[in-house]
Amino acid sequence: MTDEVRVYVEEAPSQRREVVAPTDMALSLMEVLKASGYDIQATCGGMALCGTCHVEVLAGPALDEPSDDELAMLESLPVMTQGSRLSCQIRINNRLDGLVVRLMPQNT
Amino acid sequence: MTNSISTDICIIGAGPVGLFAVFEAGLLKLRCHVVDALPQVGGQLSEIYPKKPIYDIPGFPDILAGDLVQNLMRQIEPFHPTFTLGERVERLAKLEDGSFQLFTTDGTEIFCKAIAIAGGLGSFEPRKPAVESLENYEGGRGVYYMVRDPETFRDRRIVIAGGGDSALDWTIFLADVAKEVTLVHRGTTFRGAADSAEKVQKLHEAGRARLVLSSNVTHVHGQDGLEAVTITANDGTTETLHVDAFIPLFGLTPKLGPIGEWGLELEDDAVKVNTLDYSTSVPGIFAIGDINTYPGKLKLILCGFHEAALMAQGAYKYMFPDKRYVLKYTTVNGVPTL
Repeated sequence: MTDEVRVYVEEAPSQRREVVAPTDMALSLMEVLKASGYDIQATCGGMALCGTCHVEVLAGPALDEPSDDELAMLESLPVMTQGSRLSCQIRINNRLDGLVVRLMPQNT
Repeated sequence: MTNSISTDICIIGAGPVGLFAVFEAGLLKLRCHVVDALPQVGGQLSEIYPKKPIYDIPGFPDILAGDLVQNLMRQIEPFHPTFTLGERVERLAKLEDGSFQLFTTDGTEIFCKAIAIAGGLGSFEPRKPAVESLENYEGGRGVYYMVRDPETFRDRRIVIAGGGDSALDWTIFLADVAKEVTLVHRGTTFRGAADSAEKVQKLHEAGRARLVLSSNVTHVHGQDGLEAVTITANDGTTETLHVDAFIPLFGLTPKLGPIGEWGLELEDDAVKVNTLDYSTSVPGIFAIGDINTYPGKLKLILCGFHEAALMAQGAYKYMFPDKRYVLKYTTVNGVPTL
């Protein structure tokens, strides 16, 4: 078992960037995406309170069900899709290898 | 009538760093006026996470964000700062003597000798839904992103969109004010306050408000102002409603806003500063807290506090270049009052 996983960010249709994330640091996907240079505000610092780290999961392994707090935040956003998640609530672990996400726009 | 204010330092942003800047400026006997686009002080701490514990404030093993704001307000009381809340600074002019004149969205003008931008991530602005031409109906022409005065909607036909507490609360309140209220929600359940969701359901059953679930407002129509909205259900069916107002309530998100147009040197939407005194590229304008950037920048409240202390001294020297500044410790001198 390796101590890192690969997550893919779809930056445009058919254009995916690989992001390598360590599994032994208890990071969230939001923290990994920020550290990889993505423009994520994460205003609340990872408490599922601001919705500024909204991503859409496009493919990959099944994730744990979102908590009520995460769902409540997602439902208050203008756009929510079947794959909507708050990246701050997704913990990086070995089961996430191959996850594909897209950053959701904060405003239209 | 224009509200005109005169002060030494105008602090833009009433978050923790802006509030502590009042204290540091007060120690130097400088008067402060604080402006914030939000209707209350505290910035992100009040708006987003008042109940979140913070663990890295020196002297507090843990403190709730809301309590930190209250403590800061108590700490600056001796300096009698003045506040303009709920208004955003739109524009600034530098006057011939090196001082400034600021103009807010609501027509307040502020004359000051120096400016400290403590704007955090920028001003909090409403999240807007992806509806084409929505902007054509802003500015009092039918689309409102917040309810400032419920009387605006008296005897009018309104559609509210959203699934959070604001959407539920205003549906309940405006059911007694407006002629017709329709709440449009993308989902089938509300995860906001159960009591509020139940009240909305009861209003719907009583015919006093209409609840449209699994749907979105997708189009807005009207010549000179809003006349109708189209609601599209998740199954694709549509309905067009004649309305006077559409109120999308999807929360707030921070934006840099007009600060980006003030001629300040920027880097990645943050204001570049000199760490000697946190001055910007425009003499007399300083930037502290999350809004600034410099090599090694850490976006922490405690770093913003440090920046506020150095900024106050820099602002003092800018205002009084001929006066000698001597650092006075509060342990020796206490806290002076203005």
